Amino acid sequence: MKIHEFQAKDLLRRFGVAVPEGGVARTPEEAGEIAASLGGRVVVKAQIHAGGRGKGGGVRLVEDADAATAATREIIGMQLVTHQTGPGGQRVKQVLVEAASDIDREFYLGITLDRTQNRVVVMASREGGVEIEKVAARSPEKILVETVDPSVGLVPFQATRLAFGLGLEGASVRQAAHFIRSLHEAYAAADCSLAEINPLVLTTTGDVLALDAKINFDDSGLYRHQDQMDLRDVDEEDELEVEASKYDLNYIKLDGNIGCIVNGAGLAMATMDIIKLAGAEPANFLDVGGGASAETVQNGYRILLSDPNVKAILINIFGGIVRCDRVAEGVIQARQNLETTVPTVVRLAGTNANVAADMLEKSSLQFVVATGLKDAAEKVVATL
Amino acid sequence: MSVLVDEKTRVIVQGITGAEGSFHTEQMLEYGTLVASGVTPGKGGQEIQGVPVFDTVRDAVEATGANASAIFVPPAFAADAIMEAAEAGLELVVCITEGVPVADMVRTHEYLRHRPTRLIGPNCPGVISPGKCKIGIMPGFIHKPGKVGVVSRSGTLTYEAVGQLSDCGIGQSTCIGIGGDPIIGTRFLDALKLFNEDPDTEAAVMIGEIGGTAEEEAADYVERSCDKPVVGFIAGRAAPPGRRMGHAGAIVAGGKGTADEKMKAMESAGIHVCESPADIGAAVQSVL
Repeated sequence: MKIHEFQAKDLLRRFGVAVPEGGVARTPEEAGEIAASLGGRVVVKAQIHAGGRGKGGGVRLVEDADAATAATREIIGMQLVTHQTGPGGQRVKQVLVEAASDIDREFYLGITLDRTQNRVVVMASREGGVEIEKVAARSPEKILVETVDPSVGLVPFQATRLAFGLGLEGASVRQAAHFIRSLHEAYAAADCSLAEINPLVLTTTGDVLALDAKINFDDSGLYRHQDQMDLRDVDEEDELEVEASKYDLNYIKLDGNIGCIVNGAGLAMATMDIIKLAGAEPANFLDVGGGASAETVQNGYRILLSDPNVKAILINIFGGIVRCDRVAEGVIQARQNLETTVPTVVRLAGTNANVAADMLEKSSLQFVVATGLKDAAEKVVATL
Repeated sequence: MSVLVDEKTRVIVQGITGAEGSFHTEQMLEYGTLVASGVTPGKGGQEIQGVPVFDTVRDAVEATGANASAIFVPPAFAADAIMEAAEAGLELVVCITEGVPVADMVRTHEYLRHRPTRLIGPNCPGVISPGKCKIGIMPGFIHKPGKVGVVSRSGTLTYEAVGQLSDCGIGQSTCIGIGGDPIIGTRFLDALKLFNEDPDTEAAVMIGEIGGTAEEEAADYVERSCDKPVVGFIAGRAAPPGRRMGHAGAIVAGGKGTADEKMKAMESAGIHVCESPADIGAAVQSVL
């Protein structure tokens, strides 16, 4: 799960991570008040989940409270387009107003899981403020890495070593090491999957601060953090995806026109792949889960049909414990209840597949019954 | 022969009194798996499907003997269940549970590093040696005893591949669902090593997906040390980057873990890579 920058900074502040003073505003007036109480120059930052906000015009450095009010008036309500939002952009509902910092140097600091080691790693680089993937690809030696031993956690010397590695000196070393340890503490305590500070800055007065903050939570760990679940902003997610999540359906909207309903994530991806191989584009990824019941299939069908791009539907279920005749029942009911005529190709394999195919063919609802993956993909593409 | 499990494997079911645990205990017994006992703390003394239930894994092992465990406990207790099984000395632990927090698996992985227990999963369909033993939730009837090993990160896509093999008249030695999470106990590489060392496995099928670098790691092993033909497929070519495709591990991040990259690495290692998931059975037929 992703959260906003201001939410990430609130969380980090609680763990003693140094972040600039500031607050979130939902109106220009609120922004002006926050700016006035901070005094002096402030930064007004659009709060959307996507990165690259500065380049899209969502971040402004202004001289005083009046200018902050004016900037906020322009930013709130805008469709902010960045390289991560897609061409439609994302509507800005709120801004973070922060005291501006006088920056001496910018660094990168990130904590995440290293899947090859099965351990958490803390990464730091002198190349801050830029895309770290590019640094990693171009000059991996510029990224310093400390691996966290799960039996003892991040040991203080590792944080200090990173601070020295960034070229810091004197009191700034202690501040940076404290910063790194606090960030790791927050990462572990909040079940994060990513904690990224880019840039981490050294101010002209020698202080170490998180200028930006990006935090993602491990979805599987959320059950033990009710307060973090409340940070979810469904306005940042696709409407249909939010609707699907209410029924425990794993749905991701894509750009094509063939909707698919599949049980299991791997088979769902493979179904998208074979639709593409057959010459069309999938409209979505949809995994109805291990226990594909008549009800889940019906909900999936309804969600697919509410995507206006969908011109045909492919239902691909490999029944194991799930009986195909039960799934067929759900498909028939869904089509009757939803009164749709969108061409639907059904491929059911595994337990009771023959019974199911028979039911579909006798239903007079004009299903196209397919026998294998390839057959199913070709038949659904042929309906376009 | 087969790997990991066979007709001598004695299984404990952890979480046997839950809905999933009791249902799949019945299914496993029906398939012929030797389910020796079950464990649910606080429910010791009961019987489920004729199987005695104990409070702890150690009690269960002492009373009934066992060398493997199947875990069906809720995600919050899965890491604990895995470690308890390892501490009791079980050789094989198969964790079916989906949604185990990553932080729990980091600790569990470290715990297992110092012990001889092999973990399969979590978030996996399990392991089956057709006709001998099934530990997990896969439909037994689609399998057929034979000489092809199957290893996969997915559940139903594995069934798809196995179904194609059986339809072609090709049986399987053992099918291993390694799971779709970022941290898993057994990787492609480990499974392929087992198949390579098993005298009765003649070829292997590996079904990967986008995300991580485990397929590349396995390809490297195949190139260096595997003497048997390997057929591969990678799911998720049509998936856009930055979106997690259902499995916690299936995400293309920072330009890494794409299907094309994996397929290229596998092809250059001599693996027969299928373009289409419908061609897996036919591809295995061509290498045997």
